[in-house]
Amino acid sequence: MAKATREAYGEALEKMGGLCSNIVVLDADLSKSTKTCVFAKSYPERFFNVGIAEQNLAGVAAGLAAAGKIPFISTFAMFASGRAYEQIRNSICYPKLNVKIAATHAGLTVGEDGASHQSIEDISLMRSIPNMTVLVPADETETCQAIQFAAEYDGPVYIRLGRMAVPDLFTEEYRFEHGKAVCLMEGTDATIVATGIMVHIAKEAAEKLQAEGFGVRVLNIHTIKPIDKDAIVKAAEQTGAIVTCEEHSIIGGLSSAVAEVLVENFPVPMERVGVRDTFGESGIPKELLKKYGLTVDDVVLAVKKVIARKA
Amino acid sequence: MNIESIDNLTEKTLNIRKNIIRMITQAQSGHPGGSLSAVEILTYLYFKEMNIDPSNSKNPKRDRFVLSKGHAAPVLYAALAERGFFSADELLTLRKINSRLQGHPDMKGIPGVDMSTGSLGQGLSAAAGMALAGKIDGSDYRVFALLGDGELEEGQIWEAAMFAAHYKLNNLTIFIDFNGLQIDGLISEVLSPLPIPEKWRAFGWNVLEIDGHDLEEIHSAVQSAKGVLDKPTAIIATTIKGKCIRKMENAAEWHGKAPSISECEEFLFELSRGGI
Repeated sequence: MAKATREAYGEALEKMGGLCSNIVVLDADLSKSTKTCVFAKSYPERFFNVGIAEQNLAGVAAGLAAAGKIPFISTFAMFASGRAYEQIRNSICYPKLNVKIAATHAGLTVGEDGASHQSIEDISLMRSIPNMTVLVPADETETCQAIQFAAEYDGPVYIRLGRMAVPDLFTEEYRFEHGKAVCLMEGTDATIVATGIMVHIAKEAAEKLQAEGFGVRVLNIHTIKPIDKDAIVKAAEQTGAIVTCEEHSIIGGLSSAVAEVLVENFPVPMERVGVRDTFGESGIPKELLKKYGLTVDDVVLAVKKVIARKA
Repeated sequence: MNIESIDNLTEKTLNIRKNIIRMITQAQSGHPGGSLSAVEILTYLYFKEMNIDPSNSKNPKRDRFVLSKGHAAPVLYAALAERGFFSADELLTLRKINSRLQGHPDMKGIPGVDMSTGSLGQGLSAAAGMALAGKIDGSDYRVFALLGDGELEEGQIWEAAMFAAHYKLNNLTIFIDFNGLQIDGLISEVLSPLPIPEKWRAFGWNVLEIDGHDLEEIHSAVQSAKGVLDKPTAIIATTIKGKCIRKMENAAEWHGKAPSISECEEFLFELSRGGI
């Protein structure tokens, strides 16, 4: 099965809406794309369209949270983290208000809409704000549980979701643990640390490397902030080399978060698979991932390169 | 309002003005002009209108106030101290290290502050969110906000204006502190937001125009807003920046400047004498 994490979000949100009457949902004229329309259909009295006005979207959510509601707000990642950045910082995170920002269409795989809509800076922007929690789920099951966690957690949460369908990685037995990396494959030659849609690509790369005789560990980082320092340090100690994989700029995102942990604790050779400080463009997701160096083959190359750098 | 009420409130306005001058002098930074222009509005809200209780400052059923022009924090702090939310002695810690009284209001720190503000343009959205929460819950609390006239240059204000009218938030009443000045000079010269009443009417609001220093007019406007069933209300309050201190009145340079010690004494004396 394959499903986009935004689809899983829409269904999970509707389910949480039935369990918690304090949840209210706001969207900025993109409810059919962000999938908040599913919640809107079941709970129209708790759904509010703010129109094409993302700054007000974040500000109204702050007021709702200050009055005891649990607002989920959705729009594309570009506009949530970019257009409403300062509202998120000053009206939501500074007073630590209980607002959940579920941002869809993140990364290059928005596709044909092109660079203006391809958010490759949002993890960087959101994780640098004090009081913020940043989640990037990798598949349907993980998204559902991340949404449940966000609804139950008291404080601001940014959840990064994708447009494109991604294959299932987890079964129903999977349990999301906030701030804990998930080890998908074991190995001692190197570790691939991946997030979001890059997790299944990282896993495929590790399987390919395994066939060539390399034992590669794969860590899924669904919580970028607070990051699982212990799992990253352990991976550095036990495998001696790290490759990060993210559908995001190599500036400020997962790779930076991992590098911050390594330099302060256990520096090892590191390679980074991500968007190399450039804007994207129009195209189908598969073509974009290829052109911008985010394929299984790119990850395989990066792992071989980092292993070669081990002393 | 009867004469006794007006006399009581007038006495409060004097104490609040004196404390604004004292605290900004002590801090040697802060915004006196736009704090003094809003004294009657906050005095009326905190001593006559709002259903609030200093001993239960987080009561979910309370009325709320959002200082969207967050740089006027001194008038809010002085009003809260006068109302008993914390000791007036603490006012002298304004803007100092380790103080709860941040340069702009921080709702986490201070009892009675309903929203953190300071970045202009954001408070009205938060106030609208609080009003919407009241509607969802069927609660009858009211939400008030104070906006600067220069603040109307922020685009987010008009997003929030559309939102509040669209969702018929008649439990939301805002004041616009129309003192005509912003940091760089006259609002009409920097980037004119005029005409103000026509804009709010066009955005679907109930609009009232008053003298923002006349407690009786403030009273009538706030009470009349309660009778409007399908619109939020904007009270355009014509005010004087730096009100009651001759040197400060209508002077843009006193937007964000602290008095010296000797000026402080001069201003407090002037206030004691009954102002201008």
